[in-house]
Amino acid sequence: MNPAASIETRAGGDTGSRQFLVFSLGEEEYAIDILKVQEIRDYDHVTRISNAPDFIKGVANLRGVIVPIVDLRIKFRMQNAAYDTNTVVIVVNIGKRVVGIVVDRVSDVMTLTPEQMKPAPEFGVGLPLAYIQGLGDLGDRMLILVDIEKLLTSREMALVEEAGESRAA
Amino acid sequence: MDVSEFQDSFFEEAGELLDGMEAHLLALDLAQPDPEQLNAIFRAAHSIKGGAGTFGFEALQRTTHLLENLLDAARRGELKLRRDIVDIFLETKDMLDDQLDAYRQGQAPDPAALERICAVLQRLAHEEIGAAKAKAKPAKPAAKKSPAKKPAIAKPPKQSARKKSSTAQTSASGVPAWRVTLLGVNDKDRDLLIEELGHLGQIESRHSDGDRHEVVLASSESATDIEAVMCFIVEPEQLKIEAVVAEPAPEAEAPAPEPKPKPPAEPEAAIAASPGVDAKAASRPASTHTESSLRVPVNKVDHIINLVGELIITQSMLNQVVAKLDGPARANLVAGINLLERNARDLQEAVMSVRMVPMDHVFSRFPRLVRDLAAKLDKDVELVTEGRSTELDKSLTEQIVDPLTHLVRNSLDHGIENPDEREAAGKPRTGTLTLSAEHQGGNIVIEVSDDGAGLHRAKILAKARERGMNVSDAMSDEDVWQLIFAPGFSTAAQVSDVSGRGVGMDVVKRNIEGMGGHVEVASRAGHGTTTRVVLPLTLAILDGMSVRVGRETFILPVTTVIESLQPRDEDLHGTAGGDLLLKVREDYLPIVAVHEAMGVAEACADATRAIAVVVQGRGRRYALLVDELVGQQQVVVKNLETNYRKIPGVSAATIMGDGSVALILDVNDLCQIAANQKENGVFAGDVSDDRVIRSRMHAAHRSANHEPRSIH
Repeated sequence: MNPAASIETRAGGDTGSRQFLVFSLGEEEYAIDILKVQEIRDYDHVTRISNAPDFIKGVANLRGVIVPIVDLRIKFRMQNAAYDTNTVVIVVNIGKRVVGIVVDRVSDVMTLTPEQMKPAPEFGVGLPLAYIQGLGDLGDRMLILVDIEKLLTSREMALVEEAGESRAA
Repeated sequence: MDVSEFQDSFFEEAGELLDGMEAHLLALDLAQPDPEQLNAIFRAAHSIKGGAGTFGFEALQRTTHLLENLLDAARRGELKLRRDIVDIFLETKDMLDDQLDAYRQGQAPDPAALERICAVLQRLAHEEIGAAKAKAKPAKPAAKKSPAKKPAIAKPPKQSARKKSSTAQTSASGVPAWRVTLLGVNDKDRDLLIEELGHLGQIESRHSDGDRHEVVLASSESATDIEAVMCFIVEPEQLKIEAVVAEPAPEAEAPAPEPKPKPPAEPEAAIAASPGVDAKAASRPASTHTESSLRVPVNKVDHIINLVGELIITQSMLNQVVAKLDGPARANLVAGINLLERNARDLQEAVMSVRMVPMDHVFSRFPRLVRDLAAKLDKDVELVTEGRSTELDKSLTEQIVDPLTHLVRNSLDHGIENPDEREAAGKPRTGTLTLSAEHQGGNIVIEVSDDGAGLHRAKILAKARERGMNVSDAMSDEDVWQLIFAPGFSTAAQVSDVSGRGVGMDVVKRNIEGMGGHVEVASRAGHGTTTRVVLPLTLAILDGMSVRVGRETFILPVTTVIESLQPRDEDLHGTAGGDLLLKVREDYLPIVAVHEAMGVAEACADATRAIAVVVQGRGRRYALLVDELVGQQQVVVKNLETNYRKIPGVSAATIMGDGSVALILDVNDLCQIAANQKENGVFAGDVSDDRVIRSRMHAAHRSANHEPRSIH
């Protein structure tokens, strides 16, 4: 993350502007609230877990803490979910949990002014509308603002055990 | 002064005092009470009262005050203890617990309950002591204490917290003076104490001499009250309180509401307040503070354990690196690493031992429970505890209480018969319930056994049939007893409020399995039932055997492993259902292939080229097929559910030397998974859970995906 970005935040603090971490899944650019992001790390040493949906790649050791790793590209049915040198894991804090999400590339930290934040469209943009906070309009670029907390704690992500769900297989 | 920081230690200490009080009350021999025990009970009430006054917990203070008076009368022999009186004391103790809880949460205790218990105590005092005293010493002056309070008894009434502030304002001349000596108290505590003393009265002079600090205090509080205020900050040995003038003691104990008038001296009170204080201060802490100890929040200890865990991981990482090294420096490095390893292990053991607490902490809850329950059920029960000093991880002691309580209730309700029935069966009228704990290898074995009627085999089978469970008369006793762990299973003819709703045993079993243990039942009709709970000593670290399956590494808890062997073709026997049995000496053991249960690709499918690890799970033995045994090592148990969820067949995870995560297999769960997979005819990796999730996902995406995905 470049230093200029963090200066922008401070400047934009009062005006209702918010900072987002921008990442790519395939051709599209997504953005999540920077305050949810704990760190960014390489994709390695992920231990597969059995009987889990395919988009849950497994668990990894984050300095002594075991965190699940979710591949959003598989989750969103991207054609190409390859693991290369650009593939990174964004470690996010949602509620009391820590989860790693695999993305193709992290590009930027951006400050969006309220004018740049548009409401979510009526039609789909690759993931269910319920998890989209809005769109970021940068003129030539468009960012899809994802409500990462809502997405990761949702039922279909199967990351959180629900009450009444049986323990055993 | 901000006293709130001392509140926590007061709550803890008061809680312990109450527990001690209960233990003593239960142990009291009513015919011939041990004066030492009576004193201990009295002191507990007294100390709590002192603390309650300091922090302004009026309900607590009022209740303990009434209780203290009664206890004092009891230890003087003025109150003849009976079982119903002890019951009232126990009830009061429970009420005090509730009040403490309320204060701890910053709430006021239930006023109705307070009034009720106060009324009970006052009536008791009135009926039992008031009458006796009226005959013996009709002219007791202490009767001046406010009329709302109970009639006078020998113990001089203490003043309320509100009055403390008012006495502080009275002139020094009319008030007795105390010389309070502090020994070896650090500056910060000393200042706090002196400030605190200032609330009790007028500080007339102070001077220091090395670590000895003397304060002359004019206060109408009694020496014991002053001591009670201080004893939450300093140890009694550090504190000495003496009267400055010859006859101030009686005044100090003056029971009149206004401090100035001086009623005639009360001889008994004088004895209590003068030099006796020192002796008392020295004897009081005997139960809790015989050796110096340190109160540390559990999360701090857990943090240290985590750090040590990281150290162990780093250690094994170094081992791996060194193993690959070559060259002249290697020998020295290896020696150093070995030393480091030994130190790390010692450190680990030392830290783990900090978390260990004796089972006494658990067992001490049961005398009361057994007593109350036996009375309720009209049964005579004697509780025997064995192995109270057996140590167990603190977090486990907390979790084991509920299941054990359940088992004890069951034994009392269903196991032990009524005295008449027992007599008819040729057994002593008093039933015996035994709680025992002992170490066996890396486990602790806790047993709850009774000499009651035992489990009723026919009844259980009948009930099971009624519930449509698959049972037969040919089942072994052990299998029949396992039926009682089925959800909702109860053979009790009548549902009582003690037990019989059938919500019990399955919860007990689930709780214990959740702790990494298991539970077994043995029973003989007419001779009683023994429930055996086997738990690992600690949840934080376990001895693991690492095994390789395909390209994945799993950990098996060594405590579950019995042996390992390479199956020979002639020992493998297929069955009609596609199951494979392995003949080990005389036994045929079912085989569970880890790669099937855990859905591992590229694993060795040929059983004769794999390794069979014989394990003990859920009370039965079976063989796990793995590709290779890698080694044995201690592993740090990491919870998976913190950030993820329970994984079937896996109890937890750990971190290997190379920083990767390895899953710890749950031997109990694994045989269940294998059984389910066979029953459902599905293979691993495609279990029902997963399919449901996928179909949900498809449904969710259909709506989102029928529009063009990109809007660029």
